[in-house]
Amino acid sequence: MLERGHHDMGGLPAGKVEPTEHDYAEWERRIDAMVQLLRGAGQITVDELRKNIEALPPEAYDKLSYYEKWISSLTQTLLQRGVITTEELGRKMEEVAGRKK
Amino acid sequence: MKDQGTYQPYSYYQLMETSLRELLVEKGIVTDDAVNAEVTAMRGRQPERGSKAVARAWVDDAFRQRLLKNGTAACEELGLEIPALKLVVVENTPQVHNAIVCTLCSCYPRVLLGIPPDWYKSRNYRSRMVREPRAVLAEFGLKIADAVQIRVHDSTADMRYMVLPMRPKGTEDWDEARLAAIVSRDSMIGVAIPKVG
Repeated sequence: MLERGHHDMGGLPAGKVEPTEHDYAEWERRIDAMVQLLRGAGQITVDELRKNIEALPPEAYDKLSYYEKWISSLTQTLLQRGVITTEELGRKMEEVAGRKK
Repeated sequence: MKDQGTYQPYSYYQLMETSLRELLVEKGIVTDDAVNAEVTAMRGRQPERGSKAVARAWVDDAFRQRLLKNGTAACEELGLEIPALKLVVVENTPQVHNAIVCTLCSCYPRVLLGIPPDWYKSRNYRSRMVREPRAVLAEFGLKIADAVQIRVHDSTADMRYMVLPMRPKGTEDWDEARLAAIVSRDSMIGVAIPKVG
């Protein structure tokens, strides 16, 4: 039988539901916005995003917040599609990090 | 679950967001204006949109029937566009209480209710809601009588559910706007019911 994926948690034992919520930060909303725009433009599909979230290692899946998972998945999807390269991304992250010091 | 409310400035993932966005702008794939416009549109999508549909269904029985038959088309009548997905509205009755979940991730009727709250995406809610909904609802302070059946609807990427709560007694002479004001987001998820006063 196929082993259940880490994300596939319906029916499993778990703890009390804490009614937590927070007002999403701008950077989180921008991640959401990029996803909607790229989906609308046919650059990515919701299934790719989902697949790349589900492919996160279980530790990361549990540790990352919702939009941290989304940006990881979106980046991975765009790398897989060749829209961006790891070199470009690495260079840009270095540049942005340097700018913010 | 992890507290998603506190972030250090320029965390790794914030850095990733800025970097990816700048790369996409440089490549001409998105513009900052388009991203900002989408964020603004997102802020405009609040649960009041869903409340409007519920209040209309309470005062207009023909609309209620259309809403239950084809949620997407009925919402479009109210000017609530629901792009590319099927909206299924499930109705609470004295015999049946409905609630929604997405066990695999976070599917949610976002166009009507906005971005889902953190708890909706939590492991505890996703895992247990389909197995022991009565206990989970009690944790939200909602006691459902044993005689009432609970139906839990597991959402998918292409099909979203929304609960049509029961109109509370004592609201018979209320107008639509006043009714809409008591329809909370949680009552359309099914973890609460509308209350008078």
